[in-house]
Amino acid sequence: MIKYSKNILSLALILLTTGVFAQSVNAPIDMADGLYQSGKIYVVVTVLTVIFIGIVIYLILLDRKISKLEKEIKNK
Amino acid sequence: MKKNWWKIIAVVFVLYTIIAGFIFRVPAQPILHESIRNLYFHVPMWFSMMTILFVSVFHSIKYLSNSTIESDIAASQAAHTGMLVGALGLITGSIWARYTWGAWWVADTKLNGAAITMLIYMAYFVLRGSLDEDQKRARISAVYNIFAYVMLVVFLMILPRMNDSLHPGNGGNPGFNKYDLDSNMRMVFYPAVIGWILLVVWIFTLRVRLEKVKRKILFND
Repeated sequence: MIKYSKNILSLALILLTTGVFAQSVNAPIDMADGLYQSGKIYVVVTVLTVIFIGIVIYLILLDRKISKLEKEIKNK
Repeated sequence: MKKNWWKIIAVVFVLYTIIAGFIFRVPAQPILHESIRNLYFHVPMWFSMMTILFVSVFHSIKYLSNSTIESDIAASQAAHTGMLVGALGLITGSIWARYTWGAWWVADTKLNGAAITMLIYMAYFVLRGSLDEDQKRARISAVYNIFAYVMLVVFLMILPRMNDSLHPGNGGNPGFNKYDLDSNMRMVFYPAVIGWILLVVWIFTLRVRLEKVKRKILFND
């Protein structure tokens, strides 16, 4: 997995570039309006929210673990 | 729970920016397009790095005046946490540069300054690792840390403003404050900065407490 992760990442990032070249000076500026209409941007928002909540839960658990250790040392 | 209120603020603020940062309207700008939203995520990395490294140098100065090992632990753990957000800032900046400036990295004063700053702090850890005796390590690295923070200010704040730079807000380049005339972006950007700073401080306090527990177990002091 690690062996190919670089290639996969590069491929994903290259795919992202395709939209970047499609503009001329006077053309209206592309914004992701379509995404908002179809509502799919919320999928990304949800994914990021889940990831962030996951990290926060991890931090809370770590916080509690350390608190427990501190208590144990105090009582020793 | 009473003393954890600021952790809740951190989580709520960052969560708010993740949601509002994607959904709220942003000004349409050529080249930037929707990537202007990176402002909510890339820039707070650097704000929180500078804050936590200031915490680090504050504890280093405190160590020089009171010589307690707690100050040294706080200084070194803060620097560690600063490197975490600094690395994230470099990586996210590099990705953003690729799709707006067209290259992963350009020889720009701001970018090179940021990289040099990271290297200066790497040297701080090398210095710490090379000294065995606790008090000696704490004293020498505290002095070095003061030097490192001064260099950070020079490389990130002063030099980029004195030279030409592609980076917004430097060398005659407008910062993003020019674009958010309707103050829409500020409503997301400021909570983002506060939220990330608090989140990083939380990670820092976890590191400090873990290090103290480790010392108690290993050396019984």
